[in-house]
Amino acid sequence: MLKTLRQIASIGIVTEAPPAADDSLRVRAALQEKIRTVLGRALCIRHVDAGSCNGCELEIHALNNPIYNLEGLGVRFVASPRHADLLLVTGPVSRHMEAALLSVYAATPDPKLVVALGDCGCTGGVFGENYASRGPVANVIPVDVAVPGCPPAPIRILEGILAAVSPAAGTAAAHARREPQA
Amino acid sequence: MPLAAWFARSQPQAGAPGLRALGVGAEEWRSVMRDVQRASGRLLALWASRDAQSDTVHALVLAGSQGLHITLALREPQASYPGIEDLFPAAARLQRALRDLSGVDAVDPDRRPWLRHACWPQGYRPLIDAPVPPPATAVVDQYEFVRVGGEGVHEIAVGPVHAGTIEPGHFRFSVVGEKVLRLEERLGYTHKGIEQHFARLPILTGHRLAARICGDSTVAYSWAYVQALEAMAAVEVPRRSTWLRALCLELERLANHLGDLGALGNDAGFAFGLSQFSRLKELLLRATQAALGSRYLMDVIVPGGTHCDLADPGAAQLAQCVRMLAAATAQLRTIYDEHEGLRDRFAGAGTVTPDLAARLGLIGLAGRASGQRFDVRVDLPCGPYPDLAPVTCARLEGDVAARVAVRFDEVQESCRLIHEILANLPGGMHRAAMAVPPAGATGIGLIEGWRGPVMLALQAGEAGAIHRCHPHDPSWQNWPVIEHAIIGNIVPDFPLINKSFNLAYSGHDL
Ligand code: SF4
Repeated sequence: MLKTLRQIASIGIVTEAPPAADDSLRVRAALQEKIRTVLGRALCIRHVDAGSCNGCELEIHALNNPIYNLEGLGVRFVASPRHADLLLVTGPVSRHMEAALLSVYAATPDPKLVVALGDCGCTGGVFGENYASRGPVANVIPVDVAVPGCPPAPIRILEGILAAVSPAAGTAAAHARREPQA
Repeated sequence: MPLAAWFARSQPQAGAPGLRALGVGAEEWRSVMRDVQRASGRLLALWASRDAQSDTVHALVLAGSQGLHITLALREPQASYPGIEDLFPAAARLQRALRDLSGVDAVDPDRRPWLRHACWPQGYRPLIDAPVPPPATAVVDQYEFVRVGGEGVHEIAVGPVHAGTIEPGHFRFSVVGEKVLRLEERLGYTHKGIEQHFARLPILTGHRLAARICGDSTVAYSWAYVQALEAMAAVEVPRRSTWLRALCLELERLANHLGDLGALGNDAGFAFGLSQFSRLKELLLRATQAALGSRYLMDVIVPGGTHCDLADPGAAQLAQCVRMLAAATAQLRTIYDEHEGLRDRFAGAGTVTPDLAARLGLIGLAGRASGQRFDVRVDLPCGPYPDLAPVTCARLEGDVAARVAVRFDEVQESCRLIHEILANLPGGMHRAAMAVPPAGATGIGLIEGWRGPVMLALQAGEAGAIHRCHPHDPSWQNWPVIEHAIIGNIVPDFPLINKSFNLAYSGHDL
């Protein structure tokens, strides 16, 4: 126990608060502000792996490390879509995950936001469309924001979440709601 | 007959060192497999290919410091071949997957599909028939799980979508009270047609798809791909590049082990472990990016060498970071070791005895925690590994505690290897010019990823195309073992036991 306490004390608080010129601060401060004004409470995210290679998941995990400290910003990952404001969807949508993704989407209360993550979520990535892959997330459910990258860095994921919760995010190039084609 | 007699009949196999190739007839298929099994060898992979109108079944088996690529050319197209699941339990799912994708059937009892759910039509053979677009509607099929009868037995179904940030898969528990009588897994949810897609790519660009088969093992897969390709094209890569590749492989191992050690602490109720280790992992990822341009080293390994070179100040910072990590991990290990709560949850949970591990073919990190000492870096070493002389880290207890201990040991060993590599990195080029391999050439790459051996078999087509590419993840061997490891444990311990193996879904589902 003593060792544990000593370790905690010696590492101290590592959550980054970089100087004002740093892009990441701007995004993070703005994010917290937006969440408070838009939602008036914490933002609840449900992650759905719809067929990813697991690379995007590594960066979602990284967001929760003490350096990015996503929870400290008022963003929480929740276990059920019924508690979620936003779905964070990774991967090209595999044929075998399509039904599960549709039912998670249906179970998420309105108004719901969808962020498609990674090159795969945006375009189908290297996998594209084939007998087993439906390609981009927008082929299956409506997408509000698409965050490219393979995998996108944690800061890019934060920016994508910000673009989604911001009602005036018309400037964000990614913010174009894409409806699945019939 | 003794295994040596089969090896005497074999030919050289292009690719990883220590591999040979052997063609057998249908009547010899089971006898060679039996001799491999008797010699304590293991079945690594099983796949099929089609040339003109004839099908060939392939197996890669490993015995001691040698590997054998066994091929069985079927007499008629789509003829069946003798099953071997009685010899190698891991063959059961491999044979089912082979039938789903290539239409070739092993004569073994389990007729259920494995990778094919109801989402593409029965009878469509993705690796034989022409590519088709996905069918119009999503279908949920009924899979026949094995039922457990008896008083008070009930079923718990979990997945494919899980509560946390985990890949999708389905687990069906039969329990009495909290105690697990039986677990049956169902995988294949992330199947995205990777093997069919390979055959549409130029062979000199396939490494980019290989790098995305399993994101946490991108280095191992891309190295396995280029190792096969370079041998097929008879391209000698510069020494410096193989040392840089080994650096990448050890950095990948280190990052994954640090992540797992934190997650395992957390799953046992010690959130302190997660915050400490995830911080260390982030520092490593940043140092890796500064030195080699990418956090996870995706696309750093390319045909002919590496995409980038290593120079100061990145190299020096990386060395410093790794020195810090070794010290910090040693410190955290004493905290883990002395923590009563962790000891209590780790010891005796999810035990796989060495006997059971040998019988089921448990492999890689989890295998070493159950006394299976095999490690490609030691037993069939490539690149700088003979010079680096890595030490195999193994345990005999086979429980969660042992899998944690092997990770702690391997963190220290990888840190040592990284220092050796940085101190002795040969000079010269980091990339050679590539050539296109001749049509029909085959190569097999074999690399010890952080989970275990990653294999990739490649066959060149005409004019720089890929005829066939088959990747294999060690999770194929280890998933069925979790079904045994959980028996008699309580359901709430499943996340911890599962995490202690931390197997791949995407790498398995393809
Ligand atoms: S975008 Fe890249 S990292 Fe993310 S799932 Fe696709 S291949 Fe993997």
